[in-house]
Amino acid sequence: MSTAIESKETRNYLNAGYDLKSWLLTLDHKRIGLLYLFSISFFFLLGGLFAVGIRLELLTPPGDLFQSETYNKLFTMHGIIMVFFFLIPSIPAVIGNFLIPIMIGARDLAFPRLNLLSWYVFMVGGTLAISAALMGGIDTGWTFYTPYSSTYSNSNVMVTAVGVFITGFSSILTGLNFLVSIHRMRAPGMTWFRLPLFIWAHYATSLIMVLGTPVVAVTILLVGVERMFRIGIFDPALGGDPVLFQHLFWFYSHPAVYIMILPALGVMSEIISTFTRREVFGYKFVAFSSVAIAVLGFLVWGHHMFVSSQSVYASLVFSIITYLVGVPSAIKVFNWLATIYKGSVSFGTPMIYAFGFIGLFTVGGLTGLFLAAMGLDVHVHDTYFVVAHFHYIMVGGAIMGYLGAIHFWWPKMFGRMYPEVPAKTAAWLVFVGFNFTFFPQFLLGYLGMPRRYHQYPEEFQIFNVMSSIGASVLALGYALPVFYLVWSLKKGEIAGANPWGGTGLEWKTPSPPPTENFEETPVVTEPAYSYHKEEFELVKS
Amino acid sequence: MSSHSAHATAGHPAALLHQFDTADQQKDASTLGMWLFLITEIMFFGGLFIAYIVYRNAYFDSFVAASHTLNIPLGTFNTTVLICSSLTMAMAVHSAQVGNRSRIVLFLVLTLILGAAFLGVKVIEYADKFEHHHVPGPSFQFTEGGNPKNAELFFSLYFGMTGLHALHMIIGAGILLVLIFNASKGWYTPEYYTPVEMFGLYWHFVDIVWIFLFPLLYLLGGHLPPGSGGH
Repeated sequence: MSTAIESKETRNYLNAGYDLKSWLLTLDHKRIGLLYLFSISFFFLLGGLFAVGIRLELLTPPGDLFQSETYNKLFTMHGIIMVFFFLIPSIPAVIGNFLIPIMIGARDLAFPRLNLLSWYVFMVGGTLAISAALMGGIDTGWTFYTPYSSTYSNSNVMVTAVGVFITGFSSILTGLNFLVSIHRMRAPGMTWFRLPLFIWAHYATSLIMVLGTPVVAVTILLVGVERMFRIGIFDPALGGDPVLFQHLFWFYSHPAVYIMILPALGVMSEIISTFTRREVFGYKFVAFSSVAIAVLGFLVWGHHMFVSSQSVYASLVFSIITYLVGVPSAIKVFNWLATIYKGSVSFGTPMIYAFGFIGLFTVGGLTGLFLAAMGLDVHVHDTYFVVAHFHYIMVGGAIMGYLGAIHFWWPKMFGRMYPEVPAKTAAWLVFVGFNFTFFPQFLLGYLGMPRRYHQYPEEFQIFNVMSSIGASVLALGYALPVFYLVWSLKKGEIAGANPWGGTGLEWKTPSPPPTENFEETPVVTEPAYSYHKEEFELVKS
Repeated sequence: MSSHSAHATAGHPAALLHQFDTADQQKDASTLGMWLFLITEIMFFGGLFIAYIVYRNAYFDSFVAASHTLNIPLGTFNTTVLICSSLTMAMAVHSAQVGNRSRIVLFLVLTLILGAAFLGVKVIEYADKFEHHHVPGPSFQFTEGGNPKNAELFFSLYFGMTGLHALHMIIGAGILLVLIFNASKGWYTPEYYTPVEMFGLYWHFVDIVWIFLFPLLYLLGGHLPPGSGGH
């Protein structure tokens, strides 16, 4: 306790400066992480509001609340804001920014100014996306499919496209910064196979950010040029090929799904090992499975085009490689289970999120295999089955991982514990609300309800009502943390340096950490997660 | 702040930034970062190359016919100019390594002049396209063979790819100005010349992009008579 009080009085990154300038011009990765935290929380709220509109409209079979055009804009803005401005930056830009330098024993990322620039670039892109929404929205779907987006849509395609284009560069800069830092900034003794699995996951994520994002950038650039100058890169009326757009778009946007999920997979390894007091089972397999997911992720984009006139032989290959992604994903799930097995499990809030994550990620992953099957995909393509599948990965996976990470490292970030009872309540609300929202959508999709329509036959109403009620519970689960986490900033119990008894370097520095992260550069002498050793010593003595 | 930031005089560009332990580590990080940046650039241009290859195969005759209207002597001249500018850039990096200040400036200026010459020739070529109504848009005309719609696609890609390349040259010229200014003040020494070296990587990259663009746009299919049907 005395050390905790001491750490509160010593200098840390939070009390290093209080004026606006010390935040807006900060080069400290921890402060930049918090800048991202506030920004993406705002975008999450905004994207959530669009979802509220969707769920309200779908309460009743006729399209009675919004006109079809308004509804098109609602789901488009929901998708664009959530994908590009919340999910992609969520764990990497907030948690990764905060933790990667600390976990590898560095004082900062390799390029702090680039890191700050990436936040400003993100905000410029985000501002453009918001202004597109204020100017009347965009109705192309988040996928910007041509020739609708490049020729026919009368909504604010240009502003949104420029916003997404610009935001892409923040993602590239973040990925580049992480890769260089992980390669060149590790503390003495921090070898590749002593790195926490969180770092491996972010390494794989950064590879996708660096290799994939430029392709979507040039694709969106071409859509913009086509829209402005009426040239025919993707417009069949002018000799262009709309399927080429789909190829280029999914070349990034499928791996982008792994940008969202891989960091969450990394978070899970950290939480599960800490809350079971065990080394992650099969460390190297889990580490390489992250890289395998990133590599395979670049070879599966064609499974979005099974019904887009793609050659059936190409589809066959894409289908098989998509199945292969199941292998490294399953390695992770089974290895976590093996870690939990016979571990001394404690049920803190992060662990509840972890258990939820394992279940939801498994359902999301397995239904992904359904969709990779060419015959079945023709049946469920563009139905609510697809919507349910990717929400299990993006919401059930990525957001559960994000919330688990926020709770797990909250004491490190702010030096205070969150209150356990409301936190557990929120975690359960999220889990139950999520399943109520999205499981009925699997059934809807299988029964044939197409996505992106604001009206539906009456026999589908019961599932849609379930889904909307579930969404309200989910919203409550998301709102609760805002209150108790803010409350905990002043009133929470003082956390101390290592509230969970973790073994990572981040737990060896005070909470909140000093600006330089460590008083002196740490020297690493043992592998990550060496819990078994201390317990073994305990038994021996 | 700890003692880490006290290695070199503050404000000097060669100062060791606080997050690094050694100057070597700092330079390694910059180099790796630059290479990664160049990889993102390859992926960025890659999208356009893919589009070009797809359409060249789909509309072979029109693309050959359109390609025939490009000025090969000017393109060859520009290729030579760019290769020379890569040489002068490499000489500038070498001069920095051996610490010859006036030669750094000289070679950087030469690089800038050659870069400007390339852009000047590009202006002549573009102006020619405007004259012949080969610029995609409402006034586009193409009577040299093939389907005019598809020839227009060729010119869309031609302007897209060479335009993006020229934009990289213009950005490079801007950075060169800064480097020349700093070099003339003697900022670059054998101990610290990272910016010159990193810019060298960038300049060579832009050069290599052109090495791919030139045969792809100007030369491929050059032996075929217009409208021959190709394969």
